[in-house]
Amino acid sequence: MLNIIAQQIVNGLIIGSVYSLVALGYSMVYGVIKLLNFAHGDIYMTGAFVGLAVLTVISGAVGAGWTGIILAMIVSMMIVGLLGVVIERIAYQPMLNAPRLSILITALGVSLTLYNTVMVLTNGEFRAFKTDLGYEGISLHNIQISYTQIVIVLATAALMIGLHIFISRTMYGKAMRAIALDQDACRLMGINVNKIIALTFFIGSALAAAAGIMAGVYYGSIHFFMGFIIGLKAFTAAVIGGIGSIPGAMIGGLVLGLLEAAGTQLPFVGSGWKDVFAFAILILLLVFKPTGILGKTEIERM
Amino acid sequence: MNDIVLRLNNVETYYGKIHALRGISLEVHQGQIVTLLGSNGAGKSTTLKTISGLVQAYAGTIEFMGNDITREKPHVIVEMGLIHVPEGRRIFKDLTVEENLELGSFTLKDNKKRKERLEYVYELFPILKQRRRQSGGTLSGGEQQMLAIGRAMMVTPKLLLLDEPSMGLAPIIVQEIMKIIKRLNQDGITILLVEQNAKMALKLADYGYVLETGKIVMENCGSELKKNESIVKAYLGS
Repeated sequence: MLNIIAQQIVNGLIIGSVYSLVALGYSMVYGVIKLLNFAHGDIYMTGAFVGLAVLTVISGAVGAGWTGIILAMIVSMMIVGLLGVVIERIAYQPMLNAPRLSILITALGVSLTLYNTVMVLTNGEFRAFKTDLGYEGISLHNIQISYTQIVIVLATAALMIGLHIFISRTMYGKAMRAIALDQDACRLMGINVNKIIALTFFIGSALAAAAGIMAGVYYGSIHFFMGFIIGLKAFTAAVIGGIGSIPGAMIGGLVLGLLEAAGTQLPFVGSGWKDVFAFAILILLLVFKPTGILGKTEIERM
Repeated sequence: MNDIVLRLNNVETYYGKIHALRGISLEVHQGQIVTLLGSNGAGKSTTLKTISGLVQAYAGTIEFMGNDITREKPHVIVEMGLIHVPEGRRIFKDLTVEENLELGSFTLKDNKKRKERLEYVYELFPILKQRRRQSGGTLSGGEQQMLAIGRAMMVTPKLLLLDEPSMGLAPIIVQEIMKIIKRLNQDGITILLVEQNAKMALKLADYGYVLETGKIVMENCGSELKKNESIVKAYLGS
């Protein structure tokens, strides 16, 4: 019994790491322009495919082991980060002064565009995410932890620590937090608001790409609809943590991952019900603590 | 010798369909404190917002240090050294006092320079140094005004626009803010001051303009304006 609990905690942390990385992008974008970027799950999916493409190209030279994967991840984060900036420039920036609903619909349009583009390019088929990684790992008292799992958790932690330092220590990070509070005041400090918004999209998209590649490496195959459910889950994670809050997104993702893993072990509730479990938590949270774990009470003007 | 820092030439601004500024012309010279007086809704804040680029002028030209800035973006204007302290202070309430100040020096690329300016501002406002780790929202109104002015002084402004620095403050705090404005001016900062508190503004100002429904209706040096009966009646309440 104890082994099962420990194993589920490990599983929950892995999936929670992916949720956290995607939730960060949701929350950061919501923080700066109050947009629920429903295309974010598809950015994650695109990141997985870009990662696979880059890995396929460079694996001839460096192999598809950890070196190759990490290199592919860095390159893909740059590419997908830039894609996020381009999307913001073309689709969202012209809509920033339009009613909130219009930009939300634009986000759905972007989501469908990415989804269908990848579907056509891949003929709607599953693609194997081939790597040279084995299944080796460590086992502690019958709990299996593969090296892949360890690296995923460590890489996620490194990305989050990096992000935290960026947000709290650098001038650009401080500007990002300030923009969430008062854009005009930022302009009067000499901050180019559009540039900071673009930077936010870059970082959020790059993190989603990293998550997509991790998921690809972990599950071994990727497909064009993988972003849909993760998008919803990451949104749930962001709301659990308190949308707009960066530490909230980190915590929310891990909490959701752990709760889901726990949900698979409930009596009469098979693992097939884990999505129901996740969204039931979202509903309960919205009823009892709509601002999330770290969110602030705010009077919303719609 | 041309010592004109700021010149507005027939500036008109619309707020949606409202014709808020109907042709404003004014000049601010090097080292002066110039004040813009007027009642609520006369267009004082709109004038400042048009100068700093938050609102686009519909017609007319704005020159700053000899450059046409009528169509420039606000962040470019700030980099040129024109700093606007907006009405209602607009400090970042969830950020700490020190982070607020640091953001005031966003255009400085040099961290050493930033530290120097921070020390200068802490010397101007010792209370801010005591409260540096507190979030901006926990400060009192007067302290928030000091933070807003301090934030602007994190660079060396060539022109400082102050929008109603006395608003909502107790008389004794207003006195203190006045002293600060005087001190900044003595340090060589040119200031354009918007005020409803005409008594305070005219005590400080070298020159003043009176604004009424988007038009300048009177201008003169500060001491002359103080003697003017209609101003005394309209804005000094006596």
